[in-house]
Amino acid sequence: MKIEIHSLSETQAFAQKLAKLCVDQPLLITLDGDLGAGKTTWTKAFGKALGVKNTINSPTFTILKSYKQGDGKPLHHIDAYRLEGASQDLGFEDCFDEGITVIEWSSFIEDQLPEDRLSLSFEEGMDENRVITMEAHGEKSAKILEGYHD
Amino acid sequence: MIVLGIESSCDETAVALVKDKKEVLSSIVASQIDVHKEFGGVVPEVASRIHIENISYCIQAALKEANCTMEDVDAVAVTKGPGLIGCLHVGVQAAKTLAFAYHKPLVPVHHLAAHIYANELVVDMHFPLLALVVSGGNTELVYMKDETSFEILGETQDDAIGEAYDKVARVLGLGYPGGPKIDKMAKEGKPVYELAKPKTQGRYDFSFSGLKSSVLQFTKRMERQNQTYDLNDLACSFQECALEEIFSRIKTALDDHPEIRHFVVGGGVSANSRLREKIEELKKEYPEIIFTVPPMSCCTDNASMIAVAGTIAYESGRRADETLTGDASWPIQ
Repeated sequence: MKIEIHSLSETQAFAQKLAKLCVDQPLLITLDGDLGAGKTTWTKAFGKALGVKNTINSPTFTILKSYKQGDGKPLHHIDAYRLEGASQDLGFEDCFDEGITVIEWSSFIEDQLPEDRLSLSFEEGMDENRVITMEAHGEKSAKILEGYHD
Repeated sequence: MIVLGIESSCDETAVALVKDKKEVLSSIVASQIDVHKEFGGVVPEVASRIHIENISYCIQAALKEANCTMEDVDAVAVTKGPGLIGCLHVGVQAAKTLAFAYHKPLVPVHHLAAHIYANELVVDMHFPLLALVVSGGNTELVYMKDETSFEILGETQDDAIGEAYDKVARVLGLGYPGGPKIDKMAKEGKPVYELAKPKTQGRYDFSFSGLKSSVLQFTKRMERQNQTYDLNDLACSFQECALEEIFSRIKTALDDHPEIRHFVVGGGVSANSRLREKIEELKKEYPEIIFTVPPMSCCTDNASMIAVAGTIAYESGRRADETLTGDASWPIQ
């Protein structure tokens, strides 16, 4: 499914709509796209819609930042940007047991991720224009994608 | 009192002995920067493995250089967080082992607070105080009513300033770490290119992600149009924009809080020469306020700042027992 976005408020509206479908489900969402494509911006809006109160900012330096959703379940925000070329098992599997995990630059740690995930790939256009391709890769994620209507 | 400090929250394994908050008896830092160069950043598994390799050597070297034994140490301080969890564990485990083997009090320390307290090494801190912490993982403006209270006035809403420098440097093909290179090139350039001005909602908050994207879009646009641009000018335009973001917030905070007596800086980005220049300019604008930018040895990740913070926390009664663990997202205290 392709979603076209023309402004920050449309990014936020899309993240909110998806968040409603994801509440209370353990889920992995991967975000891919160039530097500046809007991955962290999207995660901020998504987290806010899930009821996260703290500031969600870039996890590039610490790799993983964890937050509490409105219902108390965790939202894990991972950035694999600095993990390019790392081949060791980094122990992320604990994140996938409970709550929602959002991973930026997921291709760098592809072999450590469960298959069932919702993948969002961001293509950058001019200014604030973006095209997001959303795909499901398993049963859980397919169910969420089915519930989504543009 | 002599405090032994241990730091292992990210790049550096560091151990230091500091006497009475002021006298650095020894400060050992084993940097992983060469390893990280290869990967373009911090790789946690690599980082924690190297911390394990380094920690015992660093403790031994710090004691030897200070000409002390563990008997002379009055307390052991360690970074509890925030940081990379695997890395934090290494320092915390070492500190716990030392504290219990030698029956010394164990004091957990917050990494960001320690960057601020590092100023104690060169000056007596006066309160109320405003601190700017700028590094690869932090961009915060912190208000301290007194020695042990912290209020985060503003923080970055996306990238940390050091991270923005690193990412822009990568886009421009300059390598890691990017800060010193951009700083050097900016000196040869002029701020002639127009880049996106950062936008934030909070009065004291920062944003660098839009600026980073703006540099990226600029280079793509130039390539598309087959135009050339001056790298030094681009570095300078970026740096001026990023620092303007920081300094406009500092001024707002100083104007809103006329009771502030002291302004201090911490974190690795305070090595930036243009940032230091701009603080000199601020000094002239606010003659009533004391401005301190500590020497670089105090600004980057090191353990003397952990020992100083540990001394202050010890004096205020903070202790930990054998249940102490690292906390990757520990709030400042």
